Amino acid sequence: MLEITGLGHSYGDHHVLRDVNLTVAEKELVTIVGPSGCGKSTLLRCIAGLIAPTAGSVVLNGTAIDGVPDGLAVVFQDYSRSLMPWLTVRDNVALPLRRRGLGKGERRAEALRALRSVGLEDAAAKYPWQLSGGMQQRVSIARALAYRPSLLLMDEPFGSVDAQTREDLEDLVLRFHRDEGMTILLVTHDIDESVYLGDRVVVLARDPGRIRKELTVTLPPDRDQIATRADPAFVRLRAEVGRLVRGGAADGGAADGGPADHLASE
Amino acid sequence: MTTATATAPRRRGVAARLALGVLHRWLPLAVLVACWEAATRIAGSVFFPPPSDIVRWMHEIWFSGPVGRLFLTEQAGDAIGPSLGRMALGLAIATVAGVAVGLALGRSERAFAYLDPLVQFARVIPPPTLVPVFIVLFNLGTQMQVASIVFSAVWPILLNTADGARSVDRLQMDTAETFRLSGPDRIRYIVIPSALPKIFAGLRLALSLALILMIFSELLPGTSDGLGFELTNAQSQSDLPTVWAVIVLLGILGYLFNTILLAVERRVLGWHRGARKADA
Ligand SMILES: Nc1ncnc2c1ncn2[C@@H]1O[C@H](COP(=O)(O)OP(=O)(O)O)[C@@H](O)[C@H]1O
Ligand SMILES: [Mg+2]
Repeated sequence: MLEITGLGHSYGDHHVLRDVNLTVAEKELVTIVGPSGCGKSTLLRCIAGLIAPTAGSVVLNGTAIDGVPDGLAVVFQDYSRSLMPWLTVRDNVALPLRRRGLGKGERRAEALRALRSVGLEDAAAKYPWQLSGGMQQRVSIARALAYRPSLLLMDEPFGSVDAQTREDLEDLVLRFHRDEGMTILLVTHDIDESVYLGDRVVVLARDPGRIRKELTVTLPPDRDQIATRADPAFVRLRAEVGRLVRGGAADGGAADGGPADHLASE
Repeated sequence: MTTATATAPRRRGVAARLALGVLHRWLPLAVLVACWEAATRIAGSVFFPPPSDIVRWMHEIWFSGPVGRLFLTEQAGDAIGPSLGRMALGLAIATVAGVAVGLALGRSERAFAYLDPLVQFARVIPPPTLVPVFIVLFNLGTQMQVASIVFSAVWPILLNTADGARSVDRLQMDTAETFRLSGPDRIRYIVIPSALPKIFAGLRLALSLALILMIFSELLPGTSDGLGFELTNAQSQSDLPTVWAVIVLLGILGYLFNTILLAVERRVLGWHRGARKADA
């Protein structure tokens, strides 16, 4: 459903992304992992149509992206700034539904349904700033879900919540992925998280940002925070991703991810 | 028993603190009025009637009317009504125009490029100097007066709105864009709310300017009602008590309007204070 071909982006003469090629199939959950500053957010912004890439193309459901496409939702890392402090939790979730030609009552009902599915219906009348960080991020996930996107982009969505909340939110995303069959592209800098969540892990290298390697996660689709993380296959995968992220994998890097010698020539 | 004895002094403590707060707030004014009263009584000048006389006179000329008219006399209807009406109309026009143009300036680079020099030029002109122009442009009387109020009150609203609209959080705009909110929806649900704290700051300034220009424009020829007219009229007849009554009433009105505006602001911007407190 999503095809990224030869995508590159530079801010001025700062080349952030180079020759990124990636295909995401319907109902896949792909995680993108890479060191901070490697261009993950930039890549996501290009896919979301928020910035125009300086090279290459992004095609979503057969249409080249030019501006924000329909049926796409983004969950940003900075939940406290992406929720509107002047709207109640329910109205925040209902706001994007204005485009769908629903009446006010229907929008609110949909918003409450989405809030219930993330366990926050009791907070509907509160304001975002009255909630904890984890709850705020659940609100922005609920907002994205209520929108019913065909593609959900998440940019380090759990980067600033505590460990316990983070695990809960990870399982929440897995549940939605399984139940609603949503296609999800999730960016993270957390190696464990990329393996735990992904059907496929895309490892980015930095300077310039490019794909180092794609790994298929050979774990059963039903994941469990304790059992999965203890699975030998998980341990092996996370070690490999870890090596790739740190750039130490002389064996895999150059062959699969394209030219690692860019580093030297740049 | 123990709880009762424990809470009673605390409640008394709260009441005492509250009384003390009110006292601190009003004590300087009370002392000032008392001194004024004493000084004017001692001096006995016809130009400076004691405050108690002023209040009594205010009551007599304006507030001794029938219950059905909220105790307002006919004279009050001629003086206070038209003034407040023009001020309300002027402020309303200034708010609508200031917010609309301010939003355009704040959100559109092109509007900013075209209009900013004009705005910077126009806003430094002291509004009273334009009153003669307005007298030529508009009919004498209400039109000219409202125009003067609008021209003075519009700038703080316009500039503050532009400032607020310019500084909308980038991520909030991105969010609106990814969810493909329409242009009007973005203005209504993102830009205006985030500019609202600034807009209110502008409104507070606009309010006091409007009060000034309301009176000033009524001092000019061609006026037949309003507080300013009452003032000039009283002055020409050496009716000092009425002059003082107008002055005191203006002070009270200014205080009242500001209090009302603050109350509205507290209600409308409750989220703003809450969010700021949560941030801290
Ligand atoms: N708007 C921008 N203008 C200029 N440089 C930017 C901008 N956004 C990001 N960058 C730069 O691009 C690089 C990649 O940033 P980003 O995509 O945010 O990385 P990541 O999300 O992986 O941490 C960084 O070096 C950053 O400084
Ligand atoms: Mg980032």
